[in-house]
Amino acid sequence: MEHYLSLFIRAIFTENMALMFFLGMCTFLAISKKVEAALGLGIAVIVVLTITVPVNNLLYTYLLADGALAWAGLPEVDLSFLGLISYIGVIAALVQILEMVLDKYVPALYNALGVFLPLITVNCAILGASLFMVQRDYNLGESVVFGAGSGVGWALAITALAGIREKMKYSDVPDGLRGLGITFITVGLMSLGFMSFGGIDL
Amino acid sequence: MKTKELLFNPIFNDNPIALQILGICSALAVTSSLRVTLVMCVALTLVTGFSNFFVALVRNHIPNSIRIIVQMTIIASLVILVDEVLKAVAYDISKELSVFVGLIITNCIVMGRAEAFAMKNPPLPSFIDGIGNGLGYSVILIGLAVIRELFGAGKLMGYEILPLATEGGWFVSNGLLLLPPSAFFLIGLFIWAIRAWKKDQVEEPDFKMSANTVAKEA
Repeated sequence: MEHYLSLFIRAIFTENMALMFFLGMCTFLAISKKVEAALGLGIAVIVVLTITVPVNNLLYTYLLADGALAWAGLPEVDLSFLGLISYIGVIAALVQILEMVLDKYVPALYNALGVFLPLITVNCAILGASLFMVQRDYNLGESVVFGAGSGVGWALAITALAGIREKMKYSDVPDGLRGLGITFITVGLMSLGFMSFGGIDL
Repeated sequence: MKTKELLFNPIFNDNPIALQILGICSALAVTSSLRVTLVMCVALTLVTGFSNFFVALVRNHIPNSIRIIVQMTIIASLVILVDEVLKAVAYDISKELSVFVGLIITNCIVMGRAEAFAMKNPPLPSFIDGIGNGLGYSVILIGLAVIRELFGAGKLMGYEILPLATEGGWFVSNGLLLLPPSAFFLIGLFIWAIRAWKKDQVEEPDFKMSANTVAKEA
């Protein structure tokens, strides 16, 4: 239990997807002008990450890893080079399915998430989390926790940035720095702030 | 459009990172050392060029509703190719790049150029457009990497340029430059520099500051 909690906290703060690994930056900068939109996208990312990372974990352990096909009588086969293309396929398919399920059963949430769901397919944070999961050899339980944790961390970062940017639009920024430039510097300061969580170990 | 324009426009006038906000995702994490950055830039430029080329080749045969999937498949196959080549030829660098080679798939530059340019243009101009955008990305990344590695570690490509004070030299390195936040600061300043030079890229303010007219409040 303790191990999982530690992994969760680490994924949120010390190894924050957006601020420490620069993942999901494009959406992070593009959709962070309003807090509500940022929050909606954040929730969508949490949901998608919590589902896709474990599914990709299963896919990797039972189909792609070296010797994973032993249950099918093919212990020699190593399909790990197909990893990238399968993960992105799984992510795209899952996002599509999630969209249809939400549309049918939870229309309120579907409307709230709106255009963000399909956008998530190309969010590098999602694919990045799956690749980190493979690289760090997480098992099924760990990958659920890791997926949820990184989602929460990303959502936290984008909502905080949106809050700052909402206030910042009233400030008098030098011409060349206005918009994108000052946003980068703000994100840098946030990242500096998140570094203070470094070394926390439960 | 002329070939030269296609190739050089994305470098300064329409830079994918500084103006189009594309492809920042996986890029910044690799800029703490120049050697790794160079490999990443070559990989990305090649993938963008060839994915544009192949997407443009099949552009008239793709049904509109499944075009994203087709583009994804082409890009993912190219990235797998790059990844396998890197593992075989430069294993150390491939280890250092870790997941970021794979993340070229979701790099918005590749996808964005395939969707915006290659779907509407013949293969050869598309290829050149891809290479041009890859170069635009590389210019920013290499600039960042040079600053970060030179002043953060006193080295370039692993060779010592500024002798460090800790090893008997005179240069006191700034360790912050090797940490993630500095990449954000530097890219912010880069954008400032480009926009100070190309004034037309400056964004309009959301609100205009009015002059303070009431004397007693000043």
